[in-house]
Amino acid sequence: MLRTVLVANRGEIARRIVRGCRARGLGAVAVYSEADRDAPHVKDADRAIAIGPAPARESYLDIERIIAAARESGADAVHPGYGFLSENWRFAEACARAGLTFIGPSPEAIRAMGDKTEARRRMAAVGVPIVPGSPDPVADAAAAARVAAGIGYPVILKAAAGGGGIGMAKVTKESELAAAWATATRRAQAAFGRAEVYVERYVERGRHVEVQVFGDAKGAVVHMHERECSLQRRHQKLVEESPAPNLDAAVKRGLTEAAVAGARAIGYTNAGTLEFLVDERGFYFLEMNTRLQVEHPVTEEVTGLDLVAAQLDVAGGAALPWTQDAIRQRGAAVEVRVYAEDPAKNFLPSPGTITRLGLPRGEGLRIESGVVEGSVVSVHYDPLLFKLIATGADRAQAVARLAGALEACEVEGVKTTLPLLRRIAAHPDFRRGVVDTQMVEQGAFNA
Amino acid sequence: MPEEIKAHITGVVFQIPTKPGDKVGAGDPVIVLESMKMEIPVEAPRAGSVKEIRVREGQTVQEGETVAVLE
Repeated sequence: MLRTVLVANRGEIARRIVRGCRARGLGAVAVYSEADRDAPHVKDADRAIAIGPAPARESYLDIERIIAAARESGADAVHPGYGFLSENWRFAEACARAGLTFIGPSPEAIRAMGDKTEARRRMAAVGVPIVPGSPDPVADAAAAARVAAGIGYPVILKAAAGGGGIGMAKVTKESELAAAWATATRRAQAAFGRAEVYVERYVERGRHVEVQVFGDAKGAVVHMHERECSLQRRHQKLVEESPAPNLDAAVKRGLTEAAVAGARAIGYTNAGTLEFLVDERGFYFLEMNTRLQVEHPVTEEVTGLDLVAAQLDVAGGAALPWTQDAIRQRGAAVEVRVYAEDPAKNFLPSPGTITRLGLPRGEGLRIESGVVEGSVVSVHYDPLLFKLIATGADRAQAVARLAGALEACEVEGVKTTLPLLRRIAAHPDFRRGVVDTQMVEQGAFNA
Repeated sequence: MPEEIKAHITGVVFQIPTKPGDKVGAGDPVIVLESMKMEIPVEAPRAGSVKEIRVREGQTVQEGETVAVLE
């Protein structure tokens, strides 16, 4: 059993985790940078500890300062949230060395899945389909060209140590490859300290569908069904939902079976997500996120289960609280992410002070917000302000509630993605559940 | 004619790929800002040579602030 959890994060997810701790009667300790002294997550927690200056490198990404804060507060466990140190195996290991329970998978699982080529190898070995491409990082642009010629253009170059879309470059023909190679390797080196890049076939009009999995220390692994997350821009998700609309039953079965087999193969414990690309030819494993996802609320809403509370239980040594048969999808849930970005300036960040924040309330609505009126949206962190989750007896009802709630949202002081999200919610293709990963960037929802 | 290059958003200086004396073309990144986990180049409005860089890496700049001067 855990007693006190240090939440090594900020914003909406830190608040969500504090709430999960309350649900289990555990103490919750917040950490904060100088920029977040007055942030809502600090006020929510039982106790809060300053960990350094505003830049994340000197605060939320500083392993030693966070471990020291845990020691100082008497916490016996650490929840990393998402982003920041959540997929840093060295952090998981440092927690263990300090006698702290890391609420997540083992350092080994984080490390194996964090190396994207290693992840592909491990998944392929247990029969999980992967996108055709190079099994290992390729040596140079000429080697990349040979792989690309074998699998056919377009291809995408991806950082082996990567994630979050950083270091990715699409290449439509061989003449573009050398320049794209230089960019991708330089960005990979800058972002991850490793320049290795691998090559994959670029799926033109695919859907991004992912499967939530959960494992415990005794080796039990269940899936918690799928989420459709195709609507993205800059490889960041904007809209997520469960169930995935218009998903063939056989494909869905294949995805969930592959996800459980993959998680089992690496001895996965706690919450994780396997991301897949789905097209008319089948489905392919993309990567595994070894942490709680931003979009976990849609799964909670359709299954009626509390993922954060279960994370705490399992990390404390308990068996999984549910059997596979007990995990059912009921109705539908859709989440949108409201970011501080300016749609009129091609979604450039829009830092500032929130002078007015009006959030709707109503049946089937859930809001996860990291900000309140008066909050300063800093240049130092992710631009996510709040998530709006609408649930209904079916998808049509969930989408109708979402559209109504989006109309009622009022944010002043910073520009947001609300106008784009309103257009998506009203769009005939989205209403029919027809989405793919290219739609946003190709302008399907432009004003 | 010297021309001031101004930041079009608020951010932290992530990289300075140019130095005084460098020739740049229209649209070339003169400095790169980081804001909310995104890298955003501040581009040269026209071809010319960099006369002066007014910021250093890690510094926070406000929208509209002059970051470099072109001549």
